[in-house]
Amino acid sequence: MQTEMATPEVRTGQRPPVIDCDIHAEVPTVEALFPYLPPYWVEHITHTRFKGPIDTYYPPQSPVAARPGSLPPQGPAGSSLELLRAQVLDPLNVEVGILVCTYAIDSLHNPDAAVALARAVNDWLAEEWLAKEPRLRASIVVPCQIPQLAAQEIDRVAQHPGFVQVLLPARSYFPYGNRIYQPLWEAIARHDLVAAIHFGGAPGTPPTPSGWPSYYFEEYAGMAQVFASQLTSIVCEGVFDLFPTVKVVLLESGVTWLPPHLWRFDKEWRNLRRLVPWLKQPPSAYVRQHVRLTVQPLDAPADPQALLAVLAQLGAEEMLLYASDYPHEHGVDPETVLFPALPEALAQKIRTENARALYRRL
Amino acid sequence: MVVTQTQPRPPRARTRPPIIDCDLHNELDSIKDLYPYLSQRWRDHIETYGVRPFAGSYYPRFWPNRADARPPSGRQSGSEVGFTRQHYLDPYNVAYAILIPLTPVGRQPNQALDAALATAVNDWQVAEWLDQDPRLRASIVVPFEDPPRAVAEIERRAADKRFVQVEFTGRPQEPMGRRKYWPIYEACARHGLHVVSHAFGSYGQPVTGCGWPSYYLEEHIGPAQAMQANIISLIAEGVFDHFPIKVVSVENGFGWLPSLMWRLDRSWRLLRSEVPHLKRPPSEYIREHVYLTTQPMEEPPDPRHFLTLLEQYGDMVDHILFASDYPHWDADEPDTALPARVPEAIRRGILFENARRLYNLP
Amino acid sequence: MKYVVARVDEIPPGGRKIVEVAGRSIGLFNLDGEFYALRNRCPHQGGPLCQGLLLGIVHGGRPGEFFYEPRRAILACPWHGWEFDIRTGQSLCDPVRLRTRRYPVSVESGQRLLAAGESPVPSRVRGPYVAETYPVSVEGLYLVVEVPD
Repeated sequence: MQTEMATPEVRTGQRPPVIDCDIHAEVPTVEALFPYLPPYWVEHITHTRFKGPIDTYYPPQSPVAARPGSLPPQGPAGSSLELLRAQVLDPLNVEVGILVCTYAIDSLHNPDAAVALARAVNDWLAEEWLAKEPRLRASIVVPCQIPQLAAQEIDRVAQHPGFVQVLLPARSYFPYGNRIYQPLWEAIARHDLVAAIHFGGAPGTPPTPSGWPSYYFEEYAGMAQVFASQLTSIVCEGVFDLFPTVKVVLLESGVTWLPPHLWRFDKEWRNLRRLVPWLKQPPSAYVRQHVRLTVQPLDAPADPQALLAVLAQLGAEEMLLYASDYPHEHGVDPETVLFPALPEALAQKIRTENARALYRRL
Repeated sequence: MVVTQTQPRPPRARTRPPIIDCDLHNELDSIKDLYPYLSQRWRDHIETYGVRPFAGSYYPRFWPNRADARPPSGRQSGSEVGFTRQHYLDPYNVAYAILIPLTPVGRQPNQALDAALATAVNDWQVAEWLDQDPRLRASIVVPFEDPPRAVAEIERRAADKRFVQVEFTGRPQEPMGRRKYWPIYEACARHGLHVVSHAFGSYGQPVTGCGWPSYYLEEHIGPAQAMQANIISLIAEGVFDHFPIKVVSVENGFGWLPSLMWRLDRSWRLLRSEVPHLKRPPSEYIREHVYLTTQPMEEPPDPRHFLTLLEQYGDMVDHILFASDYPHWDADEPDTALPARVPEAIRRGILFENARRLYNLP
Repeated sequence: MKYVVARVDEIPPGGRKIVEVAGRSIGLFNLDGEFYALRNRCPHQGGPLCQGLLLGIVHGGRPGEFFYEPRRAILACPWHGWEFDIRTGQSLCDPVRLRTRRYPVSVESGQRLLAAGESPVPSRVRGPYVAETYPVSVEGLYLVVEVPD
């Protein structure tokens, strides 16, 4: 794997510069990973029915998967660096873009396949994206279903300065606060990486407490609840007490569900403090200090006054991060919907300052 | 302990405005309370095999029921109508209370046992509660995972207008909108019965969308996530287009509703081609069909945010119903649970008028 | 104003007594021979705090570590379980802002009380509450609570 990064040139645009905290890099085909896979796996994939994960967090032809015009001549939306430059990095004046690859490593119950493919994706990201575009950084993909193996992959990749966070799908087999994930958090803390919890996941367990919903629409709208459960777990289990330097970013979670969740969380903690006495402060304080959220998709009312009222309920200007979530379509561009309603100082925090404070490896 | 005086009594009942409590628990002291209503065959079965839950799906409640609600007989708090009357209904001038019994019904893999228990519980409710106090109304417990038997039980009770709704646990085997449950909704619509979804319970699958949490604190926060998944399902499956029923969400909190409505509408605009049977924005279905109880009361740290929440509810403040959850450990006190600065008209609606209208109480 | 509220031997170590004094319900506690008096009203929703369970002191270190002191100095409100230290009246979840009133308690001999001419009987107060009255004898030891007028 290459570890050098190209020197950035300064590009200016009409829009204020942003740090884009959620850009998708899609594996075009499993064959694209062959240069990065051991020969055993190349043969295995070539000759058996196994062609890598079949699950996707976004149905590839659905309206959410690809905004108009984002489909390259070959391969899925999000697989072309050239289009990314033309449609995001240049026109949106992206100073730094953080790549997320949601190749569903977590769906693979075979641990060896999961490890091999995770390594291949990380090496592919380094070669095909980071080495070619100085504005880009990336998320380490890991076989999070086996935390010890995830930690090993983090240790292998983390010396590359282009990787700034570890990608953890929101749906998981256990919530990430569970003690079995301790090796994972140790590795994240050890390398000063951010834990990026991202929409989606394919652990094999249902996405709701009531089992499997019929429609993707339900999973899409309901993912906020999964994020909420993850936050609850991470705080309750004392992850931020064990690893006080660790920060978590929620990618594509929405924003407006968080204030009422914090009210309930703090309230129940006042009642049940005795169960988790290692918590030194109310849960909401941990969340405000350690957790950040991207603003795409924005689950907010259209009315600017109502939007401001919700942000007042959230009460933390440091928490929000700009993201395009390219190439996904959510129907809202923060630059036109969110920023005009906000004081410019807050808009600036969301565009770049909060990301710079969050990602120490930037 | 020497007690010379218990807590100050609330003001004399007849000078208080009446309230309606939409979540009063009639508790079984033990399963033996149902023996008079069960055949020998089932008594023998229970004595031999017990009432077997889904192993590993239970999070023991932390605090026991309120000690001050325990009747002098020493039986379980809430298990005697006489003491509930004397300790709670009379002093607080409870004009009506809706009983929601929490029993093993709905959580039994043995479907015949589930049905037998349901009939027994409802017989017990009639004999020892409804017949004993005209202020009481009740929820029909049904084996909802076995819709034909559930419908039979509904038919058995429908003529008794003191039964006002049909009870689901908070986390059934499938999301509540799934077609499996439609015969139950059809029976409810036919008989003018509402559907109540009371927090907690599990049909054996992880109680979050990201696996099994560790702490009761997490489980106790979880109902908000479960109810939202159920509401999303009811809407996505088109239940409300087919059945003009009202759904009452009990003990799931209510702060999350505005965010859910914004998120659902945005998601639907993006993904409506997946659910073409939905003719209207999801928030409209919520406005027409969903009601929510207050307990556990929302406690934002800044009291102004509670008023913001009410503003976000808009007209839907008429859908907020007071509930105590008496005699559970985290029950809300009618006089002090609602923040002081809630406008009087809204307060009266929440404490009385909204429930009177919903349940058509004289 | 000081009120005699109990004989010391009414409240053994680990015990408690709840009294009505000057229009307030107050809980008296004996923690290993030290006496404490707290307002019997939880700052949350006004519940009968002093009727709650008396529990050991629990603090946490690392996740999974429980530092448990068996002294039953923690009162858990029977209405939602909020924990209060009976020695200070402070809640454990927000010691600064969420607390219940603590009243000074002293032990006085009957002899001293009678000699000082202090009536053990406060005047009757209005309202639904009835003040406790104690006949004071010279041999006894009494708990005296100081409550603002």
